[in-house]
Amino acid sequence: MAETIAFTLNGKPATITTDGQRPLLWVLRTDFGLTGTKFGCGQAICGACTVLVDNKAVRSCTHPVRNVAGKQVRTIEGLSSNGDLHPLQKAFVEHDALQCGFCTSGMILTAYSLLQDNPQPTREEIVAAMDHNLCRCGAHTRIIDAIQDAAARMKGGKA
Amino acid sequence: MNDNPHMEIDFHDIITDPNLSRREFLKALGGGIFIFFCIGDSSVLEAQRRGGRGYPEDFNAYLRVGPDGRVTCFTGKIEQGQGAITSLPQMLADEMDISPDMVNMVMGDTAQCPWDMGTFGSMTIRFFGPPLRAAGAEAREVLIELAAEQLQVPQDRLAVENGVVFDKQNKDKKVTYADLAKGKVIERHAKEKPPVKSPSAFKVINKPFLHRDAQEKVTGKAKYAGDMRLPDMLYAKVLRPPAHGARLKRVDTSAAEKMDGVSVVHDGDFVAVLHKSPDQAAALAKIDSEFDVPAATVDDQTIFEHLLKNVGRENTVAQGGQLEEGERLSEIVVEQTYLDGYKAHAPIETHAALAQVEGNKATVWASTQTPFPLRDQIANALGLKPDDVRVITPFVGGGFGGKSPGQQAVEAARLAKATGKPVQVMWSREEEFFYDTFRPAAVVKIKSGITKAGKATLWDYHVYFAGDRGAAQFYDIPNHRTSSVGSAFGGGPSPHPFATGAWRAPANNTNSFARESQIDIMAAKAKMDPIEFRLKNLRDERAIRTLKAAAEKFGWKPAPSGRGLGVAVGTDSDTYVAQIAEVEVDKRTGKVRVKRVVCAQDMGLAINPEGAAIQIEGCVTMGLGYTLTEDIRFKGGMILDRNFDTYELPRFSSLPKIETVILDLPNEPAHGGGEPAISVVGAVVANAIHDATGARMLQLPMTPERVRKAIAALA
Repeated sequence: MAETIAFTLNGKPATITTDGQRPLLWVLRTDFGLTGTKFGCGQAICGACTVLVDNKAVRSCTHPVRNVAGKQVRTIEGLSSNGDLHPLQKAFVEHDALQCGFCTSGMILTAYSLLQDNPQPTREEIVAAMDHNLCRCGAHTRIIDAIQDAAARMKGGKA
Repeated sequence: MNDNPHMEIDFHDIITDPNLSRREFLKALGGGIFIFFCIGDSSVLEAQRRGGRGYPEDFNAYLRVGPDGRVTCFTGKIEQGQGAITSLPQMLADEMDISPDMVNMVMGDTAQCPWDMGTFGSMTIRFFGPPLRAAGAEAREVLIELAAEQLQVPQDRLAVENGVVFDKQNKDKKVTYADLAKGKVIERHAKEKPPVKSPSAFKVINKPFLHRDAQEKVTGKAKYAGDMRLPDMLYAKVLRPPAHGARLKRVDTSAAEKMDGVSVVHDGDFVAVLHKSPDQAAALAKIDSEFDVPAATVDDQTIFEHLLKNVGRENTVAQGGQLEEGERLSEIVVEQTYLDGYKAHAPIETHAALAQVEGNKATVWASTQTPFPLRDQIANALGLKPDDVRVITPFVGGGFGGKSPGQQAVEAARLAKATGKPVQVMWSREEEFFYDTFRPAAVVKIKSGITKAGKATLWDYHVYFAGDRGAAQFYDIPNHRTSSVGSAFGGGPSPHPFATGAWRAPANNTNSFARESQIDIMAAKAKMDPIEFRLKNLRDERAIRTLKAAAEKFGWKPAPSGRGLGVAVGTDSDTYVAQIAEVEVDKRTGKVRVKRVVCAQDMGLAINPEGAAIQIEGCVTMGLGYTLTEDIRFKGGMILDRNFDTYELPRFSSLPKIETVILDLPNEPAHGGGEPAISVVGAVVANAIHDATGARMLQLPMTPERVRKAIAALA
């Protein structure tokens, strides 16, 4: 059944009238044209579809769009501000922490969520937080380095 | 570290019509200086003649210096994360005395780029690199000639810095590449052996560069095939059989057809529903269908027996001396059989394509490693001329060999033709697993012999159904034979119950696992340290220096040690690789934790040492999957592992510390870098497990259950 859902998308008000059970992923990619959020597995296993809902990492492929009503949704497209890369994005570039780039949005937003909760994570804490985001190219060690570096630059989780 | 300026890479510009002679090619591109060149030998050009209808026949790549001074390289190669988009401009930059950010890359577009067979086999740098450098050198020569004329200065008095030609005696006398190219149309063919820069003159080549596409990838701007959008496009879901070999017996689409906003295409066995949104796939569930599924005669347990029953003609890959003589000289003989199961490519991006058919022309954006062969396949499926089909390859989200086949693009094209609207097909993860062309299950049997003093005397090696890449051994064994049975890549009768194909370092992972395990057994029988044993039996200088480099980096102390240390050496794509691993084995659970991997690589000239290191790290990490966890379970044509819940990829917590050593060999040709390091991961971990536990693992993957059983069998 169609319903109207209002939320904040990358800092701006957004509304959509649609079946509220549709996964957030496809609403973002199709209705809002935000294709930076990727489809990987469809079962919330791989993390490629990760977005932020009220600053928490959420797997959008299984998250009904109805559940974001009244909330703040942030996708990879909304992470940099005024053309300046977020420290996590910068660190991913500078550490060469990606290859094909398909898991990258999900990696960065999962890391963002981690640093909100834990601004100075240890290496072990990063591994634990990122362990359910899959990368097939094998950029893992560089991703960990990038997150540690970004955490140091953000000095307490504030970008 | 050089920090590249980040560039927008545009895959959309339509600047040429696909049906081109060279003259038309130039006209369509506008002015500038064009350098044409050939990749590979005459056989490649011959293949181009056969496959590249409509393209000029005396070159298969070219570059253009435009009136803005920018250099554009047009190539059918694609970018799938391997970094060609970064390393190819590095080569051009040094030859032309420009910075790499002055180079545009146009990749994988069959309308703009000359014919290319595809991106696989770690061949881009090896075979495309040298002619690209030659073309760059030729372009520089042309620009110098033009500058000499314009500045009225003899050529030998001119030098170039960052695209500006100047008089060495009067630096104010100068002209830019842009000014030289303006208003001109000049064509040259690159010389076969032009004077290219010597390593001492490298400013960019052999220096570390960051991925130049990183900015787009961290901001979500990078476009992949599934991100392409066209007005009025539809998203398709295709009816799939439950198993390979199943036949559609009965189908009723009437309920789906009655749904709002749904269209159905039914063409023989090909049944699809189309929606305005990719997630509104409810119509697929409304299709009532029945398939005839053949009885399963083989599964992942019985597959090896099944393969051996189907052994056909053996092809000799290498041989020397006499096996009888080898038997006679051998004081210790080791006979062993090694097994390897099916592996999925499992790129995080599933196969995707968007197709548009207008009249007798089709345009298809596809995640593919082989845009040109795909173009021909689509043309064939639609009954169009290949020249009327344009395949455009945006960024590819990982391929590893699995995106050479392009079934999804053919499906999208057929549906676009049937509906008259642009159609996107993006496979679900379940479809991706089902239609994967798996790395084949395989068996290797080896009989080898040594003297008591540890000299290898006999090597009789038979590989079944993996393929022969990496099968030939490189040790100094006087009496040897290597044979291979069965094609790994389908084509012709195959005992595999579903499609198989090239998987990163095809065949070599299986062959190296068997060979280096066997070498390790021989070392143990000779009561020798595994490195000492290898060095005693190697005469290949490149293998020796690579192994020594790994040992030095690791700080190797003689084994067997009980410390869980393993060694393996291999060769792939003209590169030599040596790895040393340290593992920890939980003897109770059988769980293996790889703690440290040192990888040394002799890859000749490393164009981008940073990119090469990343490829090594990626190889080691990806390799841990086939080594420890990845195995496709199946029952006949039914694929049981269809998602990442049961098919376990390497993850952050499985990571070892990875250290890379790239031998500094700037004067040697550049060899392949995308695959060699993955080929020995299975072997190096198997050997380390043996060192830790005394248990010899003969089957991949080395799951906790298998390791536990092997340890239990020792008691």
